[in-house]
Amino acid sequence: MYRYDQYDQTIVDERVAQYRDQTQRYLAGTISEEEFLPLRLQNGLYVQRLAPMLRIAVPYGLLSSQQIRKLAHISRKYDKGYVHFTTRQNIQLNWPQLEEVPDILAELASVEMHAIQTSGNCIRNTTTDQYAGVAADEIEDPRPWCEIIRQWSTLHPEFAFLPRKFKIAVCGSEEDRAAFLLHDIGIQLVTNDQGESGFHIFVGGGLGRTPVIASSIREFLPREHLLTYLDAILRVYNRYGNRDNKYKARIKILVRAWTAEVFAERVESEWAHLKDGPATLTGDEIERMKSFFTMPDYKTVDAQALDSELQQTAGQNKAFARWLERNTRTQKQAGYRSVSLSLKPAGVAPGDVTDQQLETIADLADRFSFGELRSTHNQNVVLTDVLVCELFELWELARAAGLATPNIGTINDMICCPGGDYCSLANAKSIPVAEAIQRKFDDLDYVYDLGDLELNISGCMNACGHHHIGHIGILGVDKKGEEWYQIQIGGSASKDAALAKVLGPSLSREAVTDSIEKLLDVYVENRLEGETFLAAYKRIGIDKFKERVYAPTA
Amino acid sequence: MPQLLKDGKVIDNPWQIIEANDEADQEALPSGDILVPLSMWLNNQSVLENHSGAVGLWINGDEEIEGIAQSIVTAPVIAINFPKFVDGRGFSVARLLRDRYGFKGELRAVGQIIRDQLFFLKRCGFNAFEFDSEIDLDEGAQSLADFSDAYQVAADQPEPLFKRR
Ligand code: SF4
Repeated sequence: MYRYDQYDQTIVDERVAQYRDQTQRYLAGTISEEEFLPLRLQNGLYVQRLAPMLRIAVPYGLLSSQQIRKLAHISRKYDKGYVHFTTRQNIQLNWPQLEEVPDILAELASVEMHAIQTSGNCIRNTTTDQYAGVAADEIEDPRPWCEIIRQWSTLHPEFAFLPRKFKIAVCGSEEDRAAFLLHDIGIQLVTNDQGESGFHIFVGGGLGRTPVIASSIREFLPREHLLTYLDAILRVYNRYGNRDNKYKARIKILVRAWTAEVFAERVESEWAHLKDGPATLTGDEIERMKSFFTMPDYKTVDAQALDSELQQTAGQNKAFARWLERNTRTQKQAGYRSVSLSLKPAGVAPGDVTDQQLETIADLADRFSFGELRSTHNQNVVLTDVLVCELFELWELARAAGLATPNIGTINDMICCPGGDYCSLANAKSIPVAEAIQRKFDDLDYVYDLGDLELNISGCMNACGHHHIGHIGILGVDKKGEEWYQIQIGGSASKDAALAKVLGPSLSREAVTDSIEKLLDVYVENRLEGETFLAAYKRIGIDKFKERVYAPTA
Repeated sequence: MPQLLKDGKVIDNPWQIIEANDEADQEALPSGDILVPLSMWLNNQSVLENHSGAVGLWINGDEEIEGIAQSIVTAPVIAINFPKFVDGRGFSVARLLRDRYGFKGELRAVGQIIRDQLFFLKRCGFNAFEFDSEIDLDEGAQSLADFSDAYQVAADQPEPLFKRR
């Protein structure tokens, strides 16, 4: 993974000092509330319903065991002994004290971490595939490019006060696991006819009130031009994005108003001035970045023998077999697998982990996974590069720590925003809805039979729980001061990205779980052999689902 | 006399800003150094030529400067107005004036700017700062040096960090 040199360290240390000074001036009353707001947001500090919330950056989801141990320590010392993994691969503390945030940032800086630009109207953390570097369908490892973007976007002097937040995702594989078409800029690594690598650039995707799938504005950008081209896009957006109405301020609205073609022309003419300028990437820099993401020291193993041994173990242990099927995945490196540690056992807010579990995760990473791990946008943790013959041992240890619920990719692996329990913007609670669903669908055979199913829950239109792109989405709405829920179906975050459609009038919380069950019944009754929920929906349409859910009860 | 921060020092500010709705009536202009609105700069050069003091201009951050850049870069002072400190358009316009149109004079940030933006403003090419709120300029000047280095190319640094590390 990327390691700081003295330049990176100095910048992060100076940021801590700057924020410490800002906090002191705020507490002394020399910075007003209004002025402090964007300053603290750009350091990840929200003030939520109950307490401040600090969002810590996890650049493109990559973490070391040392960093995880530091987070465990921070959660014990400054918080209530747990942290929350977000849908953008970051980590949140739910109960820090405003006065102590500078100390927390200093602790983070000691392990090459920060909270820079994790909130506010600026360029946020760049996200990517949690299986970067090991995915069998990978075209190119996206992480060197993510790090190049991280450095370019960190404290960019021109783009710290954009019209609205700005999110970039990079996709380096055949299958999209970064939802890159739902970002302000989506970057897809591609190779052109001459075999040169570059980027296909999309802009204007996003969730929130007006969900939009991004439009292509440049099919092939040679790799050395990445930063000058990004500068051009951001400059056009910074100058012409709407600043009067925050609901119209995202780049997607500008792209839509101008059309993608016109937007592309504006970017190209701005870029004409910047192209080949000093920010043009050099081969040396690209190689330097790639050198941080080399492959670990894999052992040469007899993959076939290991695999048959594994199947044998699985044959004798049903619980292990289930976990193996749902929570592990093969890699391009034979003899190794990637393991998902589920942060979604029933009864725990999705994505929450305790300090003890963090310590266990760090130990597991050291023992089985070369000391590295990844956070995922599904709010789980992935350990890559686990030797197949060590999976059983890992499973036993993870299970003892409550990290081996075999539900990855199932209905119970839902994405869920903090909702009304924590978030001051919420219309409705989301965590209790998730829990009710997990409790309802606790029969594992039934859950597995349903197969891959993405269920996403947001507590309001801001869509932090990505409800528009769930196969089933649940959205909290306010109906005369009461919490109601709208159900949507048919969304997808993969390369054939689609936005979910509203099923019908919103429902009370009690009715939500039963309605989900009805949707699943319709699926089970109508599916063809091997057909997923999403595929069945696409074939049979929304009406059958609708009729069942809204059928008058006898 | 009011003061401003220029090139890292606190100095007197003799320049008066002429509001946009004032007519370009020579009689109405105050004596001394003035910063006039863009429209007056473009349309009343003859009046301004006869002005007793020095004349510069001010623009808003949302100005389409591409069309007029050539006629303003000759000014000794260009001020960019920030109607709200969270309105970041002025940062881009400053960079265009410095990087693309080669403006060499004083580039001044005026309006609702805050001390904690000084480092970014400086990087975008501003070298003078006139706050509309009461602030201790000597203390505020410290924020110009919040960081000792930065990753990006900007008006104050022609080479990105990756070519210097
Ligand atoms: S979706 Fe709404 S309720 Fe949920 S975290 Fe985002 S803003 Fe809060």
